[in-house]
Amino acid sequence: MSSAEETAIRSRIHRQAASIIAAVAPFAIVFGAAAATAGLSVWETAGFSLFVFAGSAQFAAVEILGDGGSVGAAAIAGLLLNVRSLAFGVIMAPALAGAWWQRAWMSQLMIDESTAVGSAQSGRRWQRYGYLVTGIGVFVVWNATTVVGHLVFSGAEEVIHDLGLDAAGPAAFLALLWPRLAQRDQRLVAILGAAIAVILVPLAPPGVPILASMLAVLAAPLARRTPDDGERMSITELTSPAEDEVPDE
Amino acid sequence: MSDAMIVLIVLASGTYALKAAGPLVLGDRALPSGLRYLVDLLPAALLAALTLVATVGDDRAVVLDARLVGLFVAGVALWRRAPFWLVVILASAATAVVRAGV
Repeated sequence: MSSAEETAIRSRIHRQAASIIAAVAPFAIVFGAAAATAGLSVWETAGFSLFVFAGSAQFAAVEILGDGGSVGAAAIAGLLLNVRSLAFGVIMAPALAGAWWQRAWMSQLMIDESTAVGSAQSGRRWQRYGYLVTGIGVFVVWNATTVVGHLVFSGAEEVIHDLGLDAAGPAAFLALLWPRLAQRDQRLVAILGAAIAVILVPLAPPGVPILASMLAVLAAPLARRTPDDGERMSITELTSPAEDEVPDE
Repeated sequence: MSDAMIVLIVLASGTYALKAAGPLVLGDRALPSGLRYLVDLLPAALLAALTLVATVGDDRAVVLDARLVGLFVAGVALWRRAPFWLVVILASAATAVVRAGV
């Protein structure tokens, strides 16, 4: 790969990461505000963002505590939301190789956003780069804005709503998904995964729909076996992608 | 110790165990090729689910609101090959405009 190509890939990843990092700030402000309302001190609130570092689980735990829920209920709800990290770990593990202490600190950055940007890249090197840039960026912004939210809090939720910032996340995820939709089996898995998740939203606790969506991959062999499929890829192509392959922008 | 502190310690250690299990236990050990094929497809399911749940999910209900317009605009922008940042801004702007009009 030429250095011009490397620069192009690097700056594309930076642009993807920047939009996503900017989009988390309003939500950390709301988290800080919610934690303050639930009676947490600024230190406890900051501790959640530093050491738990998983947006939805932090929200759930603090909300349950604020409603007078038990310690057990708050912790279990948060952990259930994070079971999906286990699956993220399986996706990202090959790209996060290194000494045990490197894998140990990189694991703390494992959230929806870093896994989304990382897994959208081609080849381990760029998957790792996308994961780290997004993970570190979100970590810094999430923690800083959590404290701002706790100290300054009022009205954050209305501002997010009025500016349509809650549509920024889904748009970013769709953009990361987009290049995959060109392949038949990826498209089938995406449609099925989305359907499973939406159906489960009213039926299962938050976090479970995302986790269950991954069962959609089990249907992928159907897409491969269909006859007269001109764009079908061979098994070897799919299981050993070229490390330097650059997807279309 | 406050309740919040206990939840913080339990949730932080449990969450870390879930996050680190893949990288620390599995490492970069090669998976069998059939399994590898399925793991390569996981991001498609994950990204599609994140997209839809963030668009129509509201706690434990499915709510169709202005975010759906934002997602549609994002889809059109992607189809027209708009850059990533523009896709995100257009989606937010479209959502905000719909809300201002309602």
